[in-house]
Amino acid sequence: MDRMPAWADAVLVPLISLLLAAILSALVILAIGESPVEAFRLMVEGALMRSAGWGYTLYYATNFIFTGLAVAVAFHARLFNIGGEGQAMLGALGVALVCLYIPWPHWSLALLAASASAALFGALWALIPAYLQATRGSHIVITTIMFNFIAAALLNYLLVNVMKPAGMMEPATATFPQAVHLPTFQDMFSTAATPLFRGSPANVTFFVALLACLFVWALIWRTRLGYEIRAQGHSETAARYAGIRPVRIVVIAMLISGALAGLMGINSTMGEAERLILNSTEGAGFIGIAVALMGRNHPLGVLLAAILFGFLYQGGAELALWTNIPRELIVVIQALVILFTGALDNMVRMPLERAFLAARRRRTRRAEPAE
Amino acid sequence: MDFLTALQVLDSTVRLSTPLLLACLAGLFSERSGIFDIGLEGKMLAAAFFSAAVAFTSGSVWMGLLAGTAASIALSAIHGFASITFRGNQLISGVAINFLAAGTTVVVAQSWFAQGGRTPSLPPEGRFQTITLPFAEALRDVPIAGPIYHELISGHSILVYVGLLAVPLTWWVLFRTRFGLRLRAVGEAPEAVDTAGISVVGLRYAAVAIAGVLCGIAGAYLATGLQAGFVKDMTAGRGFIALAALIFSKWRPWHALGACLLFGFLQAIALRYQNIDLGAFTVPVQVMDAAPYILTVVILAGFVGRAIPPRAGGEPYVKER
Repeated sequence: MDRMPAWADAVLVPLISLLLAAILSALVILAIGESPVEAFRLMVEGALMRSAGWGYTLYYATNFIFTGLAVAVAFHARLFNIGGEGQAMLGALGVALVCLYIPWPHWSLALLAASASAALFGALWALIPAYLQATRGSHIVITTIMFNFIAAALLNYLLVNVMKPAGMMEPATATFPQAVHLPTFQDMFSTAATPLFRGSPANVTFFVALLACLFVWALIWRTRLGYEIRAQGHSETAARYAGIRPVRIVVIAMLISGALAGLMGINSTMGEAERLILNSTEGAGFIGIAVALMGRNHPLGVLLAAILFGFLYQGGAELALWTNIPRELIVVIQALVILFTGALDNMVRMPLERAFLAARRRRTRRAEPAE
Repeated sequence: MDFLTALQVLDSTVRLSTPLLLACLAGLFSERSGIFDIGLEGKMLAAAFFSAAVAFTSGSVWMGLLAGTAASIALSAIHGFASITFRGNQLISGVAINFLAAGTTVVVAQSWFAQGGRTPSLPPEGRFQTITLPFAEALRDVPIAGPIYHELISGHSILVYVGLLAVPLTWWVLFRTRFGLRLRAVGEAPEAVDTAGISVVGLRYAAVAIAGVLCGIAGAYLATGLQAGFVKDMTAGRGFIALAALIFSKWRPWHALGACLLFGFLQAIALRYQNIDLGAFTVPVQVMDAAPYILTVVILAGFVGRAIPPRAGGEPYVKER
C-alpha cells in the first residue's frame, strides 16, 4: 500500500491547499500596503458576526452550492463542465418566463414550477455540448466555454430587444408580481422582538440547495445510475466492458449537471433581484469550479466550501467598503484555491504521501524487533 | 456601402485581428506541444495591465512592452509548473490563471493608481504610434490601389506588422526547423520523442514560454496600441475568441491568420453598425458577438471539416519505468 489514509486525502490535502492560498493572499494584501490581520478581522466582522452578514453569506453560498454540485456531478463522470455560468443564465431565463407570464396564486407553487423550469433550461443548455462530446468527441471544455458566450449574447438580445418593458432604459425584465416573492430568512426567522437577517437576501432557496446536496449524494452513492457515472469516470474502457453505454452516461451526467447549475437561477433571480437582469450570475458558475475542487466533489464538501466562498464574497464586499482593497481580491483568492486544489494538487499531495509513507515505515521498523 | 467605408471597416478589421492573431499563435505553439492553454485570456490581460502601468510610469512604451511580456511569461511559468512539472490538469490550471490575472490586475491597479482598477490614460510616448509606410502619402491619389495602400496597409502600429510577420515565422519554425518538428512530435507522440533522447519537459517548457511571449505582445498591443491605457477586464473574451480561432484553423498558422481576420471582421462590423438592416429582417449585433463561438462549435462538431487536436494534447507525460 503506497497510499495515504482516506481522511488525509479528504481533509488534509484541501486544508493545506487552502492554507497556501491564504498565505499567498495575505502576502498580496501586505504588498498593497494593508494589514492582512485587520482585513481578516473586517471580513469576519462583516460576514459572520451579525445575522445580516450571515444572510448575505448564505445567499452567496446558495448560489455556489448549486454551481459547485453541477461541476462535481460532471467531475464524477470525468467531464469538466466549465459552462455552469451559461447554464445558470439560461436557468434564470427559465425562472423569469415562469414568474412573468403565469399568474401564480402562491409562492410555493411558483417555486416548484420555477425550479422545474430552471432545471429544464439549464439542462437543455448543457445538452448540445454533452451530445457533441458523447457522439462526435468535441472537447466538452471548449464547447461549454463557447456556450457561455453564446448564452451571454442570447440573454443580451432577449433583454434588450424582447423582454424589456417599453420605456425602460436598463436591459432587464419587469419586476415579478408580488405573489411569487420568496420568503427571505428575515420573513421566516424574525420575531417582532428580535429582527434577524435584516435586509439580507438569503431566502428559502437555501433549503432547496440543501435538498440538492442530499439528492446528489443519493444519486452518486446510492443509485445504479450514480454507480455507472462513477464507473465511467474511473475508466471508460472498463465501464464499456461492463455494459455501460458511455454516450448515455455522458449525456445524462451533463443534463443533471446543467439542471443543477440552472437551479441557481431561482436564488439569484426569483429570490434576490425579483426580475431578470443582465449578468444575473455574477461569475458564480466559475466559482462552482473552485467549490467542487475544494469540496472534493462530495456534497458535504461542496456545502462547506460553498459557505466558505460565501463568507469570502460577503467579507470581500465589506473589505471594499471599508478599506482600499477592491472586491477583486476575492477573485485572486478564488484563483489560488483553484490553482492549489486543482492544478497543483500533486505539489501538495506528493510530499504528504511521502511523509505518511516514511512515518509508516518507521512504525513497522520499530515493530519488527519486538516480534 | 461605398469603397471608402469598406476600406475603413477592413482597416479596423486588421487592427482588431492583431491581438486575436498573436494570442492564437501563442495557443498554437502551446497546443502543438501537447499543452492545452485556456489561459490565453488571463495572460493577455496581465500583459495589458503591466504594459500600460510601466509605460505610464516610465514614459517608454518599449519598457511597457517588456514588462507586459514578463508578466505574461510569469503566468506561463505557473502554467508550465502546474501542467508539466506537477502533471496537473492543464484546463484547471488555465482557469486558475484567468482568474489570477482578472483579480490581480484590478487589485494592483487600485493600489498603484487608485482610479478604480484602471491605469491613467497614456500620453503619446506611452503608446505605439502608427507607422506611415514609404510612399503612402505620394500614392494616395492613385485610384483603387492608392487608398488601399494608404488606408489599409499603411498606418498601423508596429505590433500589427509584428503580428502579421509572426504568421510566416510560426509556419517556418514549426514546419521547417528541427525544433519545430520536435515540438510537433511532442504534441503527438511524446514517448517517441523521449525514446529519441530529447527532453519532453524541455520542449514543452519552450513552447509554453513562446506562448507567453506572444500573449505578452498581444496584451501590450491592446493597452498601448489599440487603446490608451488599461481598464478592468479589457480583454473582454478575446483570449477565448483566439482559442476559437485556433480550433477553427485546426492548429495551422496560415489558417489561423484567416480565422483571426474573419473574427476580427465580425468585431469590426459589430463595432461600426449596431444592428444590420438587410431589408427583410435585421441582424442584431448580438449575432455578431456570438458568431465566432457558434462557428467554433459547428467546426468542433465536425459537420464541416473535422477539427482534430494534437493527439497528446492535455495529457501529462509520465516517463515509463
